[in-house]
Amino acid sequence: MAETAERTATRKPSEMFPARELSSGAFLADREGLLGILFLAPAVLYIIGLVGIPFFLAIAFSLSDATIGDASLDIVGFRNFSRVIQTPQFRRALFDSFFFTIVAQFIVIVLANILAVVMSRDFRGKWLARTLIILPWATPISLGTIGWKWILDSKFSPIDWVLQQVGLLGGPDALLGPGRHLTYLGVEGLAVSSVILVHVWRILPLATVILMAGLTSIPRDILEQAQVDGAKFWRIHFQVSIPMILPIMSIALLFGLIFTFTDMVVTFILTRGGPVYYTQVLPLWAWFKGIDGGNLGEGAAIALFMFPVLLATAILILRSARRMEVT
Amino acid sequence: MGVVELRGLRKEFGEVKAVNGVDLSIQKGELVVILGPSGCGKTTLMRMVAGLELPTDGEVLIGDRNVTALPPRARDIAMVFQSYALYPHMTVFDNIAFPLKARKAPKEEMAQKVEWAAGILGIQRLLARKPRQLSGGERQRVALARALVKEPAVMLLDEPLSNLDAKLRVSARDELQQFQRNLGITTIFVTHDQIEAMGLGDRIAVMNAGKVRQVGDPQEIYDDPADTFVATFLGSPPMNLLERNGHLLGFRPESFLPLEVARGDREKVTFPFHLGRVENLGSDRLLYGTVEGAERNRTISKLPSTVEVSVEAGETYDFAVCRADLRYFDKESGLRKEPPPREGG
Amino acid sequence: MQAIMPRLKRAGHYLIVAAFCFFTAAPFLIMIVNTFKQDADLYRPQNNPFIYNVPPTLDNLRLLFEGTNYLGFVRNSLFVGVLVVLITLVVAVPAAYALARLAGSWGERAGIAIFLVYLVPPTLLFIPLFRVVTAFGLNDSVWSLVLVYPTISIPFSTWLLMGFFKSIPRDLEEAAMVDGFSRLMAFFKVVMPLSLSGVIAVTVFTFTLTLHEFVYAMTFISSSDSRPLSVGVPIELVRGDVFYWQSLLAAAVIVAIPVGIVYNMFLDRLVAGFTMGAVKG
Repeated sequence: MAETAERTATRKPSEMFPARELSSGAFLADREGLLGILFLAPAVLYIIGLVGIPFFLAIAFSLSDATIGDASLDIVGFRNFSRVIQTPQFRRALFDSFFFTIVAQFIVIVLANILAVVMSRDFRGKWLARTLIILPWATPISLGTIGWKWILDSKFSPIDWVLQQVGLLGGPDALLGPGRHLTYLGVEGLAVSSVILVHVWRILPLATVILMAGLTSIPRDILEQAQVDGAKFWRIHFQVSIPMILPIMSIALLFGLIFTFTDMVVTFILTRGGPVYYTQVLPLWAWFKGIDGGNLGEGAAIALFMFPVLLATAILILRSARRMEVT
Repeated sequence: MGVVELRGLRKEFGEVKAVNGVDLSIQKGELVVILGPSGCGKTTLMRMVAGLELPTDGEVLIGDRNVTALPPRARDIAMVFQSYALYPHMTVFDNIAFPLKARKAPKEEMAQKVEWAAGILGIQRLLARKPRQLSGGERQRVALARALVKEPAVMLLDEPLSNLDAKLRVSARDELQQFQRNLGITTIFVTHDQIEAMGLGDRIAVMNAGKVRQVGDPQEIYDDPADTFVATFLGSPPMNLLERNGHLLGFRPESFLPLEVARGDREKVTFPFHLGRVENLGSDRLLYGTVEGAERNRTISKLPSTVEVSVEAGETYDFAVCRADLRYFDKESGLRKEPPPREGG
Repeated sequence: MQAIMPRLKRAGHYLIVAAFCFFTAAPFLIMIVNTFKQDADLYRPQNNPFIYNVPPTLDNLRLLFEGTNYLGFVRNSLFVGVLVVLITLVVAVPAAYALARLAGSWGERAGIAIFLVYLVPPTLLFIPLFRVVTAFGLNDSVWSLVLVYPTISIPFSTWLLMGFFKSIPRDLEEAAMVDGFSRLMAFFKVVMPLSLSGVIAVTVFTFTLTLHEFVYAMTFISSSDSRPLSVGVPIELVRGDVFYWQSLLAAAVIVAIPVGIVYNMFLDRLVAGFTMGAVKG
């Protein structure tokens, strides 16, 4: 008897007052593991279903002879790739994709740096200026590009008209030649420049917004310290501000690079890849081949050429962004 | 049985054993300080009491209920974070009322209780402000008021004074004690500051490397440290440890006095003390030196300024400690042990 | 001398701002002017393109609103945009929170993986997705765009919000849990209100993406009734080789100005959202 009493006394309280089990359902909303899975599942399923599977489908298409009319997947190996690579259009499209992207982004970063600094200050009329600067971003790219297509029109270009008025164009000894028009979209060099111009125009607002975010995140005391140390404005900008916003600048750059490299709208509206195929880019050509021409296999093969480039760029930039992180 | 009972509590983060077997019982109305250096596991221990961390092993009981597997909201606790964790998007009133909202208390009761808690902490006039408009001391009071309205079985305070400046800290400590005594709330207070611990705690639990080394009231911890860690963690300067004649012995700097001033008829042990450096702190003089004829012999003496003995650096003097003030420790384990029957002093 | 320097500086500042504004806004100026131009005015190369040489007319707007399905395009764009924003928020907010808080060490890597998904562009996926959309029977329907557009917006939004949630001190959620809320409610009561800027940034960004998107809309939809603005306008107002220039340009500027003003109102929030999400996260 004594032994039993003792055992009762030393019984664990957990036995006397058993805790409510979590699995009873009362505390489901407190279980981190479960919440984590529930929270993450929709995004993961969505991405697997509508990016992952289609991506592999793209690879399958590129290895097959599928067309819009006959979408059955008969594997033909790398025939699509070898056929595509051998065309001069492909080489031009590959080159242009890189050239447009790199040149446009270089210009955007330079301009966005200046613009972000200028717009970070307070001045009268800032609200209006901000609206005007943000406009290109607020317009669907295709519609903005139509605006430029008019401005660069071969016959009615307002730029040509201004150049004629100031005597740079159309006269017998005008600097830009005696013709009345420059036909911006009809000459190789001007067409290439035009495409780059439109890309710069549409990316600039976003890049500026991102850089402004970077500038506002710099602690004020660091800038004040630099001022106390006697540094002049631009010196502060180059030696203090820019190094501190390098990580976010690389994000802005990454967005710009991706948007430009994968874009087919600007060239589609502005030049349709012309004159000849001098402004052809990979995505537009993939569209012409794959959807317009109905050859899904070749279209997918062309589009896939973009992927390794994108992956390499992204890894490079994300890595360097981490290394540049000052704080 | 205590209001809070911790039994064999362990927490591992991967390989790291943050808390490695803690048993502790906290009585109703008591203020227990968990004291230890940073990384000793004291915050993890408190977070397990709060339910913010699930123990790897062991049990937590609050008010006779096993709450080991329950989330914080089912535990009848309140907590003040080191950062105070005031919700920046709410006014002070809403911050304090937040626990009542969680409980879906009626509006009237809510207003009444917030008024009551704010009154106790003297922050009625701040109720309409946002946290960012408050000073450090005011934030701390808001955090305390928020903990108070819950009328919890246990209040957990995680270094609540460490974000205050030194002067404010002293008065805040005083107020905190008054407040805790008056309301009689069972409180666990985590800190790395031994002065806070000594000044506030009804009892102190000293932690190191995931284990509780000693539990006791402040005087006990100070006078009779359970091991060399506790001996050297508490006290400023800490307890002297000397190895002599094969024994590890410890004594407080203030017990280590020149032979001629160590009056009284208590039995004394004398040491030849070679004085290296003197530091005058105004109220005290700290004498740094070595005891000759001992290994591990760096020793400090703390002389109150009322002791007018002139000492010179570079000289050797006879210093003495009352035998009753000597503590003996095991050389290997560092644990306290009985004085040897005969020690030549 | 000392009085002149600041003035010069201010003039220089205005000059730079004006130059940029001119660059970004000049096409819209021309769009506005041309909206009201008669053919007889527009198609004479020697006419000053910036003024009305022949009295302005409303015919072009009439053609746009009555001769084309322009209002239908606007409605489709709004419909798709709003739905996609909602879907994106419902999917990306919890996912970002899970990666920032609930997932352990692999959260960071999963976040980067999701961001990398963003690099798989529409121009790579439109061919297989054309098949997927056909399989769902959504060809020619705005729902095809509702289904597909979140693939562009979710990865970016998740990544941005993840940075946002990480920048909110963990203490606040824990305090809410101690104060009596569940893990889930702590998220709604404390984290969400503090993430408003992030949610706004994501909303603006997502809406922009849907408004701009061209490739999918061009590929999936061939009936005028279902087209959004980005493809509807260029397709309906370019008939064969004939460009209805004034109406085309009017269509662009009518969208651009209200959207631009709305964006400007949210710009500070957007900048804050980027600052917290991308810089500090």
